[in-house]
Order: sequence, then structure tokens, then C-alpha cells
Amino acid sequence: MNRVNINRYKDLAFQVVGIISTLVGLVLLAIFIFSIIKEGIARIDLDFLSSLPSRKAEKAGILTAWTGTMWIFFLTAIISITIGVAAGVYLEEYAKKNWFNNLLEINISNLAGVPSVIYGILGLEIFVRTMRLGGSLLAGSFTLSLLIMPIIIVATREALKAVPSTIREAAYGLGASKWQTTSMQVLPAAAGGISTGVILALSRAVGETAPLIVIGALAYVPFVAKSPMDEFTVLPMQIFNWTSRPDHDFVINAAAGIIILLGITFLLNGIAVYLRNRWQKKISW
Amino acid sequence: MEIRLKEKIIEGGLLFASLLTILTTIGIIWVLFTQSVGFFTEVSLWEFITATEWTPLFTKKSYGILPLLAGTMLTTFIAIAVALPLGVTIAIYLNEYADKRFRAYIKPMLEILAAVPTVVYGFFALTIVTPFLKLLFPEVASFNALSAGLVMGIMIIPMISSLSEDALFAVPKSLREGSYGLGATRLQTALRVLVPAASSGIIVSIILAISRAIGETMIVAIAAGQQPNLTINPLETVETITAYIVQVSLGDVPYASIEYRTIFAVGLSLFIFTFILNNISFYIRKKFQNKYE
Repeated sequence: MNRVNINRYKDLAFQVVGIISTLVGLVLLAIFIFSIIKEGIARIDLDFLSSLPSRKAEKAGILTAWTGTMWIFFLTAIISITIGVAAGVYLEEYAKKNWFNNLLEINISNLAGVPSVIYGILGLEIFVRTMRLGGSLLAGSFTLSLLIMPIIIVATREALKAVPSTIREAAYGLGASKWQTTSMQVLPAAAGGISTGVILALSRAVGETAPLIVIGALAYVPFVAKSPMDEFTVLPMQIFNWTSRPDHDFVINAAAGIIILLGITFLLNGIAVYLRNRWQKKISW
Repeated sequence: MEIRLKEKIIEGGLLFASLLTILTTIGIIWVLFTQSVGFFTEVSLWEFITATEWTPLFTKKSYGILPLLAGTMLTTFIAIAVALPLGVTIAIYLNEYADKRFRAYIKPMLEILAAVPTVVYGFFALTIVTPFLKLLFPEVASFNALSAGLVMGIMIIPMISSLSEDALFAVPKSLREGSYGLGATRLQTALRVLVPAASSGIIVSIILAISRAIGETMIVAIAAGQQPNLTINPLETVETITAYIVQVSLGDVPYASIEYRTIFAVGLSLFIFTFILNNISFYIRKKFQNKYE
């Protein structure tokens, strides 16, 4: 066999290796999820969704956990969208190129790389201790908002960047002010991209466990939170708590909880992908 | 006049929102430093970086971060050993071999790997991967670095693959065509022309993946264990820096005690490592950004 042929075979062999590499992670994930569903699906019923936590595995439910997750989702959404989109708009539409705004940019890319557990430490000292919010929903939402802020800012900027400058110039030409142009023309045009980024960021926040453990969120909360100042637990915390118990019945509970959590995660990601595709198709500048 | 005032106020508000990001960084550094100062007045920095035992929660206390560092490096190394070859192979395959439709479908699916909550990966590692490893290596501990590292590797595949793919994609067509024109196969072109040309982008993806693996918490807290262990044996129980922070947070150590402050000292170390890695990657990206433009 001559060298040309050897190289052709190598090329073909790599094609096989490439397909296998691409699929191996997904296949493993599919196996994981399948085995979880097999283990946990029978445990999911109305009682499981509407029961308080319990020391007995078969009586325990995720009522406080999923309501806590809903609270966290909405509070974090309100806080992080307000601040994140505003910061993104400032950096993309208002900021001039100077050393300070350059610093802001480097800083944001650094914040995106800070481990989530460090945000937990920050939240513990600032929100829980200094602002005396305790292990409340509000402290948790503030902490998670800071964590996902860089994602939202970057997504906002990307979306704004994609809006052609002709739209801004047309608005200015009609006599609109900077803010009128931004709020009535540019932001609506960028809404699709921004909401994709926001939803992906919130999906991340909903799945976070470590920072909430550090700020002192409890695994055992025997009541449903009624105000942002209440103590809380969330699905990932409940899953972690059940996973770390030796009793196998709790592992089944954890598997059932994971099915619900993955359902929420995949739903949010699906919505984000749908929005992205729809927006890309609709607008072709 | 009124409009101008309103515009100014709005611009001020937007500026304030972006200043919050600076405040966040200052807050992180301030919190970590002030609490660590309290720690280092009681424990010498020398002991912290050279002592070989980490036992702040025992009666016989020792404050050497090395065992936690060893656990962190071990799980990170395993994760990168999984994610690097797979991620780069995927990037080459999707860029040079796969047809466009397959690529369009598979890319968002690969992103799912990074979207699964880490607590779920931890559960996989503990209840599925570890029992499987026990079949292969009967001596493997119930909590071990290997299982956590492998699963973490799967999680960070899309990080390496998507950034590397962007880098490969940015290599100008002329280089590719030149190589084909000389009679090279796709594989030869990929390995000898494209990968070297895209090396800065690929290195950035690896550095960011290392940074992510060092900071990953739930997978290691659940599956790698909570036993500081100065070892390089992946079958043993270890404890990472992040898992230790979780362990202390779950227990009830008194506020402002030396035990409480340990999480700030190790947290500061963690922050410094990831900060350095992130800035190296940022520097490389800036420096090589316009290489082919």
C-alpha cells in the first residue's frame, strides 16, 4: 500500500472517530437520563408534587422545593433583567471608547469566569450578613442575579450590535433623542436576541446549587415561602440533600426530583432556541 | 430642556447599572481579603502553602491547602483529559467533515451537555459511573476523583468544542485551499494547517475549560468525597477546594471563628487561580484576534 492510500484510509478512519467523538457525550447523557427516568418516574405523582419534605422517604415531596424554584426564577428575572439589560445598553449604545469603559469590559469577562461558589461567599457576606437578609429568597435571588449578570450583559450587547445603524440614523433623522431611539427602535429590534440570552441565563440560575448552599439556604424547609423574606429551598438543593443520604429510597426521590428539574431546564433551553431561530428567520438585514 | 434632563437621568441610571459590575468585583475581592486577613493572623501563610494536612474541623488542627489543591488538580486533570481530545476532534469533524445539516442539528444538542445542572451530573457520577467503575476496578472508593473527573469532562466538552470550532472556522479559506492544492487529505490539512493556525483559539478554549473545572463544585462535592487527601491516585477519595467550601457551609461552624474563615482563605486561593487563567485567556484572545484580518 502506498502512502497516498494510507493517508486516504487515515482520513476515512478519522471520519469514524469524529462521529463517535461527537456522539459519545450525547449518548452517555441519554443513558444517564434514561436510567434516571427508569428509577424515578414511578415516584412522580400528585402527592410528590404537593407534599412537604419529610424524614420518611415515601412521604416526602417537593412542594417547598418547586415553589422555591419558582420564587427564585421570578425574583432573579426581575433583578437581573433590569440591571443586566441596562448595563448592556449603556456599554453598547452610550459608552465611548476610553480606558474606563475598556476596564468595564475586561471586568465583565472576568466576572463571567468567577466560580459560582465564590458568588455564594460574596452573597453570604454582603446580602446575608451585612444587609441582614438572612437565608431568604431575596438574598438568594440577589446572589444568583450577580452570577448571571455577565451572561445577560454579553447577550444584550450582541443583540444590540446586530441592529443595523441605519435604524438608529433614521430615528435620529426624524428628530428622536438618544433614549427615544434606543427604547423605541433599537431595543424592540434586539428583543429576540436579548430574551434568548436572558432565558438561557435564568435556566442556569434555576439549576445552581453551590452558591445557595454557601449563603445558607436550607435543605429542610417545612413550609411554602410566602414573601421574598422567607427562608427557602429549591429543587437542586432538595436533590442534593436526597442524593447525599445513604437510604436508597431517598435516591429514588432524588431521581424523581431530577426529572422535574431537567424538565424545567430543557423547557427553558427549548424556548431559547426557538426564539433564536424565529428571530433569525424573521429579520434579515 | 425637559427632554435633555430626562436623557441625562436615564444615562446616569444606565451607567449606574454597569458600575454595579465593578462593585461586584470590588465586593468579591474585599470580602475575600478582609476575611482572609483574619485567617492569616492566626495561621502563617507559610503553613498554609506548605503543610501537607488539612484538618481545620478536627481537634488537632492543620491548615495546609496542598491536599485540597491536589484534589482540585486531580479532578481537573481527569476532566481535561476527557474533554480536550473529544472537544478538539469534534471541532475538526464538524468544521471539515460533517455536512451542514448534521452540523446545524448537532451543535445545539452539544450545548445541552453544558446546560444540564451540575447537581444532576453529580448524581450521575455517584449512582451510575461509580458503580460502573467498581466493576472495572474493585478497589475504587465509593467517593473517588475518577468518577467526578470523568463526568465533569463530559460536561465541559461543548466549551472546548464550540470555542475551538470558532477558531478553526476563522482560519482563512486560502490556507485550506492551498493545502488541498498540494494534494493533502482533509485530515492532513486539519492537523498540519488548520489546527496550528487556530492554535491560539484552541488554547483559549482549554484555559477556560481548566478554569471552569477548577471552580466546579457540585459534581465533586457529591461524587469525589469530603476527605482531604494528598494523592494522585484517581481511585481514592479526595476533597477539592470547592467541595470543602460546601462542606463547611452545610455544617454549623460559628460565625467569625477560624473554621469559618478557612472558606475565605481557600476561596481567595480559588479566586486567584481562576482570575489568572481567565486573564491569560483574555490576553491571548486580544493579542491574536486580528491575526488573519
